[in-house]
Amino acid sequence: MGLKVSVKRKLFQVIAFGYSNVHLLNFKGGKIYEGKWKQFCNPGLNCYSCPAASLACPIGALQAVSGSMNFQFSFYVVGFLLAAGVLLGRFVCGWLCPFGLLQELMHKIPALKFKLKKGFLYIKYVILVVFVLTLPVAATNYMGMGKPAFCQYICPAGMLEGGIPLLLTHQELRQTIGSLFYLKTAVLIVTLGGCVLVYRFFCRTMCPLGAIYGLMNKISLYHLEIDKNQCVNCGKCAKVCKMEVDPVKKPDSPECIRCGACAESCPKGAICMGFTRSSSERFIHKLSE
Amino acid sequence: MGSKKKKLVSGITLAIACAFIWYGAARGEIAVVLNKAVNICLECIGLG
Ligand code: SF4
Ligand code: SF4
Ligand code: SF4
Repeated sequence: MGLKVSVKRKLFQVIAFGYSNVHLLNFKGGKIYEGKWKQFCNPGLNCYSCPAASLACPIGALQAVSGSMNFQFSFYVVGFLLAAGVLLGRFVCGWLCPFGLLQELMHKIPALKFKLKKGFLYIKYVILVVFVLTLPVAATNYMGMGKPAFCQYICPAGMLEGGIPLLLTHQELRQTIGSLFYLKTAVLIVTLGGCVLVYRFFCRTMCPLGAIYGLMNKISLYHLEIDKNQCVNCGKCAKVCKMEVDPVKKPDSPECIRCGACAESCPKGAICMGFTRSSSERFIHKLSE
Repeated sequence: MGSKKKKLVSGITLAIACAFIWYGAARGEIAVVLNKAVNICLECIGLG
């Protein structure tokens, strides 16, 4: 008998958090890791200015290259995102993203819990187009260099993982605090509060990386499949889905993070997740129990 | 999308992704990524 999918997922999330943040000792001196591994992107969102980070953030890297003097577009990072998206889709969000795990932990704090109005789901696409794809290329200085607008005005991961630890350890940085810092602190507070009240608030409303992977759920090789012959339309799967997806109606929904909770809850074992149908796992609840 | 068509689109996308990574690396984008990632990014931490 294998591990329950929820346990397996937590293990994956902890391991991914670990390999994304190998350099924990750097927190003490407020340094960041400067080695070669940072030329590779992390599939999930993890700020490269976090002292512990071992890889590059793909959203930061995308903006850095397209806003640089020599390039307007990053083939390297877009290629990486396409590859991760086509192989895994939003499995990255459910199983591998460090900031996704942090949000799930925040949501465990006891408080009133709310559902999300559908309109909020579209904000992340606007953020992707305006702040990640357009502003770094369009709003440039006299040397043709643009700033990473998503990092600069929005990203709460940067503030939480990089800003707080580095400002606590560097007095000279604290002296340069200005209005941008207060803006980003406000975004961070709203995001953390949102995550307590709404499951994965940031992932669903603001994350440009989640937006990209979500769009790729339609073609990702790791996918979710419903066996229509087994499904009795009891609706249990839709009820347990914290991302508010109905997997029977929309197995490729851009909001599905492939967490497997629906598959685990299906009394008929009608939901499969995997790369191919034959290799996909089937989570069968023993009716005799 | 039918399963065959989906596999075809996935395969083509994966091939494009590999070509992009190769081309981006060949024209020197990796150095830009590395340079950004090994220095404290002031925008990320709310100071830039
Ligand atoms: S601020 Fe956010 S988007 Fe920018 S590099 Fe850090 S984690 Fe990535
Ligand atoms: S939506 Fe963004 S922050 Fe959330 S899990 Fe996915 S990549 Fe991570
Ligand atoms: S549809 Fe299933 S796998 Fe997708 S997010 Fe909801 S519970 Fe998780």
